[in-house]
Amino acid sequence: MIEIYQENILDHYKNPRNKGELKNANIRQKESNPLCGDVLEYQLLVKKGVIEEIRFIGSGCAISLAAASMLTEKVKGKKIEEIKNLSKEEIYGMLGIPLTPSRVKCALLCLKAIKVAAYSYLHEKMDEETF
Amino acid sequence: MNVKNIRQDFPILKRKVNGKRLVYLDSTATSQKPKQVIEAITDFYETYNANVHRGIHKLSEEATEHYESSRKKIAAFISARPDEIVFTRNATESINLVANSLDWKKGDEIVTTIMEHHSNIVPWLELKDQGMKVKFVDINDDGTLKMEQFGKLITKNTKLVAVTGCSNVLGTINPLAEISKIAHDNKSLLLIDAAQSAAHTKLDVAAINADFVAFSGHKMLAPTGIGALFAKKSLLEKMKPFMKGGDMIKEVTTESATWNDVPYKFEAGTPNVAGAIGFGAAIDYINRIGIDSIRQHEKELIGYALKLAEKEKKMTFYGTKHIEERAGILTFNFENIHGHDVATILDQEGIAIRSGHLCAQPLMSRLSINSACRASFYLYTTEEEIDILFDAFKNVRKVFRID
Ligand SMILES: Cc1ncc(COP(=O)(O)O)c(C=O)c1O
Repeated sequence: MIEIYQENILDHYKNPRNKGELKNANIRQKESNPLCGDVLEYQLLVKKGVIEEIRFIGSGCAISLAAASMLTEKVKGKKIEEIKNLSKEEIYGMLGIPLTPSRVKCALLCLKAIKVAAYSYLHEKMDEETF
Repeated sequence: MNVKNIRQDFPILKRKVNGKRLVYLDSTATSQKPKQVIEAITDFYETYNANVHRGIHKLSEEATEHYESSRKKIAAFISARPDEIVFTRNATESINLVANSLDWKKGDEIVTTIMEHHSNIVPWLELKDQGMKVKFVDINDDGTLKMEQFGKLITKNTKLVAVTGCSNVLGTINPLAEISKIAHDNKSLLLIDAAQSAAHTKLDVAAINADFVAFSGHKMLAPTGIGALFAKKSLLEKMKPFMKGGDMIKEVTTESATWNDVPYKFEAGTPNVAGAIGFGAAIDYINRIGIDSIRQHEKELIGYALKLAEKEKKMTFYGTKHIEERAGILTFNFENIHGHDVATILDQEGIAIRSGHLCAQPLMSRLSINSACRASFYLYTTEEEIDILFDAFKNVRKVFRID
């Protein structure tokens, strides 16, 4: 009926993967979308440059939470270096739904949080990107 | 009041959205415009476009006459004098003007309320850096103000009481006369944020004894980019201008300048002439229908909506059920569903509602929510549209499997 709320989105929204606190995390990064009232925090355990564990806590709309959940599965086991190259297009592809301009922000909150986390872990400066 | 005829005046209401007839339930964000207002603006640009207060030529005289005539209409609409009306961009600018131009001194206090829009909070918070204090009156569970708190929060240092005429979230219509009495008994000034009330309920600044009133044209049928500040003349005369430049001066030398008379002292630079003219046409339109008829219509609509709301399960509807104190604003949440998700699903049906924090984060925190959905009504809204809204709630339930 409504293309944007496809089964996989609703599944991740209702049964989020890797949700909750990660006690032994060595990176914590919180981002928010003030206009929406969405908040998302990623907690990562990075060892030898590899994301061994990732969890998230947060609240928000179905799109932002489903994206946050999907992204944990996508990045787990990846090198933290690789996160720097993660693109918006990959997030759109991961979601696989049509997004109206006002909903793009919801989808990209997770990308912002993970990238800021990666750059701060690597002590590098992030390019000025608009999310 | 004939809503069917009124709707004929609003060209946009014929529009289709996602293949469905537009159901515009976001008038609290901005109202739609009748063709009378659109035509007044076109007429200005097509027949007498010129700068105001500057030319001796015919066009400039005509433009000035229309611009000033709008000021008179706005003044009469709220029972004020024309020289007590300053044109601004919007309610926000009007409030900022007061925040910047009053003669504050360290230790002054401002009493406002937790239900305010950000534009009636942030300008006051900014003053804290200069040693001012801001205090908030709380709300009751039904979304009305805890009136007894005014007496406790107001002290001899309270310079200003700044309160909204109507909450843009809860729809509460506040008892302004009562608040005015409390403020003035304490020799405090009263600022009314009328952004949400001016278009919907009669406002008589003289009867209420308001010192300042801020409102926006775009929420009352006029174009965007034009608003007004009412202030008592005695106050305007004492206040220092907030912006400086052309039009607001009497005489300029290389050493100094003297300010123009009020209200011109506060209107630096070329104003939004077309906007002001549109604002005048909007006031004419509202007067022709009658503000009391508009209020009556909205009272019926909110009563109707609140009745339908009673049947909805797993939803929260905010605000008082007492329609005498309630504007045509219906704010709600589905249990555990973000407002944006609801708004996206309703948009598929051509229904425009607002969702998010509704520019009232302190109130959202007070209500312990991050976001909400808001459907709001105006003179062109019909019961049928409210039926369409409630019908579309079924789609939300279907997608998110809420029974
Ligand atoms: C109660 C209230 N105050 C102030 C404003 C600000 O109006 P504007 O954005 O036109 O300045 C609004 C607009 O939503 C409002 O609802």
